[in-house]
Amino acid sequence: MIGGLLAVILLAPLAAALGCMLLRRPRAAEFLNLAAAIAVMLAVLRLLPLALSGPYTFWNSYLIVDPLAAWVLLSVASVYLLASIYAIGYMRAHKNAERLYRFYALFAGFALTTLSGPLMNNVGVYWIAIELTTLVSTFLVCFELDRESIEAAWKYIVVVSGGISLALLGIIFYYWGGSFHLGPTYDLTWSTLRNVAPQLNPTIALTAFLLVLIGFGTKVGLAPMHTWLPDAHSEAPAPVSAMLSGALLNTAMIGIARFIQVADAARLGSLPRVVVVAIGAFSLFIAALFITRQTGVKRLMAYSSVEHMGVITLGFGFGGPLGIAGALYHMLSHSLNKSLMFFGAGNAMQAYHSKRISRIHRVLSAMPIAGLLWLAGAVAITGAPPFGLFLSELTIMRAGLVGPNAWATFVMLALLIVIFVGFLNHFRAMYFGDNAAPELSHRAVPGKFHVSFWCLLPMWMALVPLLVLGLWWPQAISRYFTVIAAQLSSGGAP
Amino acid sequence: MLVAQLQPLAASVFSLIAIASLLLAFVMLGSRWLNDYLIAFATESWLIAILSAAVGYYGHYPELYLIALLTALFRGLLLPYLMLRIVRRLHVDRELYERLSPSASLVVGALLVLFAFVVSSHLGQSLGLAGTVAVLALTVMLSMKLIGFLMLVVRGEALSQILGLLVLENGIFLGSQILVPGMPLLIELVILFDLLVVVACFGVLVRYLVVHTGTSSTHELRRLVG
Repeated sequence: MIGGLLAVILLAPLAAALGCMLLRRPRAAEFLNLAAAIAVMLAVLRLLPLALSGPYTFWNSYLIVDPLAAWVLLSVASVYLLASIYAIGYMRAHKNAERLYRFYALFAGFALTTLSGPLMNNVGVYWIAIELTTLVSTFLVCFELDRESIEAAWKYIVVVSGGISLALLGIIFYYWGGSFHLGPTYDLTWSTLRNVAPQLNPTIALTAFLLVLIGFGTKVGLAPMHTWLPDAHSEAPAPVSAMLSGALLNTAMIGIARFIQVADAARLGSLPRVVVVAIGAFSLFIAALFITRQTGVKRLMAYSSVEHMGVITLGFGFGGPLGIAGALYHMLSHSLNKSLMFFGAGNAMQAYHSKRISRIHRVLSAMPIAGLLWLAGAVAITGAPPFGLFLSELTIMRAGLVGPNAWATFVMLALLIVIFVGFLNHFRAMYFGDNAAPELSHRAVPGKFHVSFWCLLPMWMALVPLLVLGLWWPQAISRYFTVIAAQLSSGGAP
Repeated sequence: MLVAQLQPLAASVFSLIAIASLLLAFVMLGSRWLNDYLIAFATESWLIAILSAAVGYYGHYPELYLIALLTALFRGLLLPYLMLRIVRRLHVDRELYERLSPSASLVVGALLVLFAFVVSSHLGQSLGLAGTVAVLALTVMLSMKLIGFLMLVVRGEALSQILGLLVLENGIFLGSQILVPGMPLLIELVILFDLLVVVACFGVLVRYLVVHTGTSSTHELRRLVG
């Protein structure tokens, strides 16, 4: 049963990608991709309850299905579905209609690599999956082929490939450390690594952990390795930005969560968690700096991703059942919310033909419903009640206060307030500002901009679950988080 | 653990190859001609292939012969050929926009090697391997890693940046052959293929870069800030 679902999850995007390349028709391509996204979503929803009794392994134990992987798959699949719907409306307005089939082929391929990442049981193969996500998405980032997007793609591939090669070095160190106890040839799966961790030489274990943290941290976009993120996220087409932010970053985050578990099992003292927490807090700091003074609307969203990845890292860094539950809840809420934000930004860019915040004004009179949804999303993403992110941030802070790194909780709280003010101030200017800029004064009220059905539907589909998650934390999810937390601390969490 | 029971001859062969690869990394660092980079990179890859075969021979890992063959084919012939084609097509034969002159970067490179040595001798001591070829392998691995990063930082030509990334990976390959020769075959194969894909992607990107910005220098890519 689970094997069949896995086959659907991995083969549906593959079939869609191949189909797009064979048919070369834009209309066929967009619906093939959408069909794959729906199939993946249904399969993941069916997989969730089954995975609870995991971990299960498949294909000579190269694939693993455990609750953590299933949870990350849920957020990836949700974003894939939302972005596929949105892409239909957004990309039809795009000028390169004859290359559109290639966009959908790449998009489905990107979804395939992103979905396969969390399922990889062998640490080395996981690294390869993460590297492949970079290679495929590079071409989505520069799909518009203008100067800026090529610059973004170049920076993306160089910074991320360089960074992630450090993670490979770390993995080789782990393998080397393990080879003193397991013999020269063995399969480095997550469970092998966790079991051998207590016997690892502490110096090797610590070096390896720091290397993988920096390496996968580059992919997650944690400061100070985040430099590629604002460029790639802001230059990619809006549906791709949503995938990068809501799906890809989580896939790399799951690696960090699992390596934290290995570091716990290796009993390296408090240092690994202090480093994780410090990097998370520093990401929040950098995000706060750049959000308050931001001029580009999509870069604003990108720095908000840096912020939220910092929050999730803090959650995993604080650890304990509360910290892990908060981080996972935050992961799903952020995926939904950030998709909503990028969709809104995409609409605004098409309506005002600019990425600059100062050019966007009186959004509500230009697009009443889409504007309202975007505004609600902005309130949600800053962590205001009654949305999902409020609950998860509160949970993470509760976890932080009782742990040894309580200082980070106060830093987090202060920076979240700064970001709340800074982020919403930009929205105040875009929605209610009187636009003192003289060159804009002659068009005081922008004309109505028609937001197509395909663009509006995914915004509703993101906002409604977000509101529900904020008001009601279902019992089933709590049980899920309890199981994941128990599994993640099975190696002996502090 | 392989390095513990090596014959003296094997240990010296490994050390010789490791040191020669490090020297070649310095050749790349000290030159501004793209052809020099390519030749140095190809030679380095051949050395690594020889190292794989030698480790396979002395450590009795027959699958390493396959790795050696593929390394020589991919990294020694195919990748340099692909990049030579890019060089020919772009009509750039030398680095124009280095942020640090070759001589200065040699000095910085030497400091990085010192740093790598301190780190790896510390690691070696904590493992009781001080003075063995493992420490040397670690030093070379970390140095090539750092030199690769240095090349990424100070070189502006798109091609030199690709080569910088490849030097990073060469370092990992070299170190892993000596330290973990038994690493499963599949992983090593996939990483080899992965590298090919990386270079293919870079090739496409460089072409876009030239078509749409009119230059292959990443020096011009400085619009996205803040």
